[in-house]
Amino acid sequence: MSLVAAAAEVVLRLDGISKRFGALLANDAISLSLRRGEVVALLGENGAGKTTLMNILFGHYLADAGSVEVFGRLLPPGHPRAALNAGVGMVHQHFTLADNLTVLDNIRLGTEPLLSVRGPQTARARISALSRDFGLAVPPDARVADLSVGERQRVEILKALFRDARILILDEPTAVLTPQEADALFATLRAATARGLSVIFISHKLHEVMAISDRCVVLRRGRVAGEAVTAETTRADLARLMVGDQLAETRVTPRVGGPARLRLRDATAPGLKPLTLDLCGGTITGLAGVSGNGQAALADLIGGALAPASGTMEIDGAPVAAWSTRRALAAGVGRIPEDRHRTGTVADFTLTENTALETYATRFARGPILDWPAVRAHADAIIAAYDVRCEGRDQRIRLLSGGNMQKLILGRVLEERPAILIANQPVRGLDVGAIAYVHGRLLDARDAGAAILLISEDLDEITGLSDVIHVMSGGRLSPPFRRGTLTQAEIGLRMAGQGFTDAA
Amino acid sequence: MRLEPIAHPSLVRQAGLPVAAVAATVAVAAALAALAGADPFAVLGQILTGAAGSKFALLETLNRATPLIFTGLAVAVAFRARLWNIGAEAQLYAGAIVAVLLGTGAVGAPLVLPLSALAAMAAGAALLLGPVALKVRFGVDEVVTTLLFNFIMLLFVSFLLEGPMMDPMGMGWPKSAALIPDARLPRIVEGLRLHWGFALALGAAVIVWLIQTRSTLGFEMRAVGANLRAARFAGMPVNAILLKTALLSGGLAALAGWSEVAGLKGHLSQDLSPGFGYTGIIVAMLALLHPLGVIVSALFVAGIFVGSDAMSRAAGVPTYIADMLLAVALLFMVLAILLTRFRVVRG
Repeated sequence: MSLVAAAAEVVLRLDGISKRFGALLANDAISLSLRRGEVVALLGENGAGKTTLMNILFGHYLADAGSVEVFGRLLPPGHPRAALNAGVGMVHQHFTLADNLTVLDNIRLGTEPLLSVRGPQTARARISALSRDFGLAVPPDARVADLSVGERQRVEILKALFRDARILILDEPTAVLTPQEADALFATLRAATARGLSVIFISHKLHEVMAISDRCVVLRRGRVAGEAVTAETTRADLARLMVGDQLAETRVTPRVGGPARLRLRDATAPGLKPLTLDLCGGTITGLAGVSGNGQAALADLIGGALAPASGTMEIDGAPVAAWSTRRALAAGVGRIPEDRHRTGTVADFTLTENTALETYATRFARGPILDWPAVRAHADAIIAAYDVRCEGRDQRIRLLSGGNMQKLILGRVLEERPAILIANQPVRGLDVGAIAYVHGRLLDARDAGAAILLISEDLDEITGLSDVIHVMSGGRLSPPFRRGTLTQAEIGLRMAGQGFTDAA
Repeated sequence: MRLEPIAHPSLVRQAGLPVAAVAATVAVAAALAALAGADPFAVLGQILTGAAGSKFALLETLNRATPLIFTGLAVAVAFRARLWNIGAEAQLYAGAIVAVLLGTGAVGAPLVLPLSALAAMAAGAALLLGPVALKVRFGVDEVVTTLLFNFIMLLFVSFLLEGPMMDPMGMGWPKSAALIPDARLPRIVEGLRLHWGFALALGAAVIVWLIQTRSTLGFEMRAVGANLRAARFAGMPVNAILLKTALLSGGLAALAGWSEVAGLKGHLSQDLSPGFGYTGIIVAMLALLHPLGVIVSALFVAGIFVGSDAMSRAAGVPTYIADMLLAVALLFMVLAILLTRFRVVRG
C-alpha cells in the first residue's frame, strides 16, 4: 500500500448501495471507495453480492437506495453508458470479443461511428502507444480467434483503456490464466496503477489478493463483512471474513493407488494426441492445464461422448468396444460436467427432473412410464443428503445458486456410486464454503474406492487434492507425477507446453 | 428501456396480464371495425353471437376447432422439443389423401375407420420423417424443408384432384369421389352437426398431455427442447427422440385432414384447409405449447373465425378482420407472457 494512494483523491465512491430481489437482499447498504492509483480487492463468496454491486455500478440494475459517484460526479442510476462514459471499464471473466475480427477492430468496435472518416490509423497509433505504456503486447492485426487466452484478456484491457478508462474493474481475471500469465497481468496492473489508474480486482483467490491489492473489501451475504489494508492482514483473516466462522479446512492425506480401473493406451480422439493414462481406484488423479488444451476431449472420451479413434480403453481390464454415454454410465462412469448451467442441468426443469436426467431410463422407467413418485423420493433424498438449499424439489433449478446446483449434480452422480468419476472443474465459480463441501465429498468418494479424474485450471486445487498429477498441453498428456514432486512453477512450464519433448 | 427478470411473478401479474392482452385485442378490434365504417360495439357483439350465440353457431365453432386442435397439438409437440415443424399443412393433406384412398371403397366396414385413421397418421408421420432425418443427419434446417413441403403437397393434391383422384361423377370439378358412408365419422349426437372428430381431438390432447408429463419419451422430448446440450450430455438418444417427436407431430397433423374429410366434408378438395396447418402454429403459441391449453386456444381461434364470418355477412366488414384479430391477439399474448417473466426498467 503506497502512501501516495492513501492520500490520493477518491475516484469512485459507492455509498449505501442496497438492492433487493424478492426475499433476497443482494446488497445491503454497501459502501466502498477507490482512490487514484489504488488496487482494491473485492472479495466474497458467490452470492455475496459482488456481481450485483458491479451491475449497479454499470447501470444494469437500479439500486433501491444509495448512490454511485465517479470522479466526484454522481452517476444517473440505470444508464449503462454512464459509468463507461465517466471512465470506468470492466473486463469480464468471460470475454466479450468478436472472434472473427482483428484485435484492432475489436478495440474500435462500438467506440467509433460506423462511417468513421478518420479510418483505423489514428486508432492503431493509440493502441500501440497504450500497449507500449502498459506492457500489453498483442499483435493488432491478428484475429482474436488465433490468440491465447492471456492475449485475449490483454485485448479486453486495451479495449477499456482505449475508451479512456481510468478505473478498471477486473472480474476474476486470473481464472483462465497460467501462473506465468497471471504474473504478467499483475505486472500490467502495477504499471497501470503507477500511471494513475485505479483498479477493482474481484477474486476469491486469496494469495492473488495478497499479492496485488492495496486494500481488501470483503462482502458476505450482501454486506461489507470487513475492510482491511492488505499489508496489515493475513489470508486466514480474510478467509474468516469471507465465510464467517464456518470454514473447515479440507485435510488431505495422500493415498497410494489401488488397481487401475480405467486404462488408456495410445488412445486418440479429435484434439488429442495418443495418450496413456491410468485411473486407479481410491486415487484422485489431477489434470492440470489451461482450458482448451484437450481436457474437454479427454473428459468426453472417458465419459462416452467421444469414442476412441485409435488405441485402447479398458475398464477393469475389459476393453470397451462400442462406446457411448449410456455405456459409460452403465460401466460405472460418473461425470461432473464442466459447465453446470449449459450441460449439467436443464434450467427450466425442476430439481426433481434434473436429478433424473441420467437415470430416468435405467432406474425410474416402468415400461414407457416414468415412475415420478420414485423420482421425487430420489430427489428428496439427494436434497437432504447433499444439503441442497432450495425452496423444494419442485423449484426450477435456474433459481438455485451455483453452489446448490453443484451439490445437486454431485448428489446425482455420487448416489450412483461411480467406480470412475470425472470431476471437470467441479468448484469453478463456487464460494469457499461450497468448495470445501465439494472437495470433501470428492475425498469421501475417493476413500470409498472411486477412481477420480480431477480436471481443473486452478493449480492450488490440483496440487492440494490430487494423489497423482498429469499436465495437459496441446492435446498431449504428461507422464504422471506424484503429488509434491513438482513445484507450481514446473507445472506452469508444462502447462505452457514445455517439457513434452518425449511425446509426439 | 431494459428488461429485468422476475424470479417469482405475482399472481396478479400471471393472471392479470393475459386478461389485459384480451382486453387490448378487443380494443384493437373495435378500432378496426370503426375504421371499416361500422359500429364497433355492434361488430364485436356480432362476432360474439356469431361464434357462440346459438346452438348452430356453437357447433360450427366446435367443428372449426377440431382440425385446429389437431394441428395445434402437432405444432405444440414438435415445438416443445424445439423441432420447428412448419409443415402441418402438408401433413394435414397427407392424412386427407389417405382418408380418400381407403374411404372410397378400398376397405369396408368395420375396419375402414380405424384403419384409415392409423394409415393417415402413418402418412403424416412419414412426411415429417424426411425433413427431420435430414436435420439430424446433415443439419438441414427443418423450418425450410417442412415449409416447402406445404407447397409441394398443395400442388400434389391439385395434381391428384385434376387427375387420378378426380371424381368421375364430379362434372370436371377438381374434387375426389365421396367417401362411402361406413368411412364417415358419425355425429356425436344424432341431429346435431358435430362429428366424432371433435371428441377424438379432445382425447388426443389428453393423450399428448399424458405422454409429455408421465412417460419417459415425454421427459426426453421436453429435455431435448429445453436444453439440447444437457440432454445429449446426459446420454439421451437425441436423434431418436427427435425422430419419435416427428412421428407424433406428423401423425397428429394428419388426423386434422383425416377428420375434416371423414367427419365434415366427405370428400377431398383443394380448399379443404384454409391454412389450418399454419393457424395451428398460432393455436400452439397461444396455448404456450401446453396440450390442454391447445383445446382452449383452438376454441378461441375457431370462435374468432366463425364469428367474423357471421359478422361479415351482417355488418359488411371484411372477414380479414379475423386474421387481423388473431395476429393482434398473438402479439399481445406474447407480450403478456414476456411481461410476466420480465419487468421493464427505464434506463
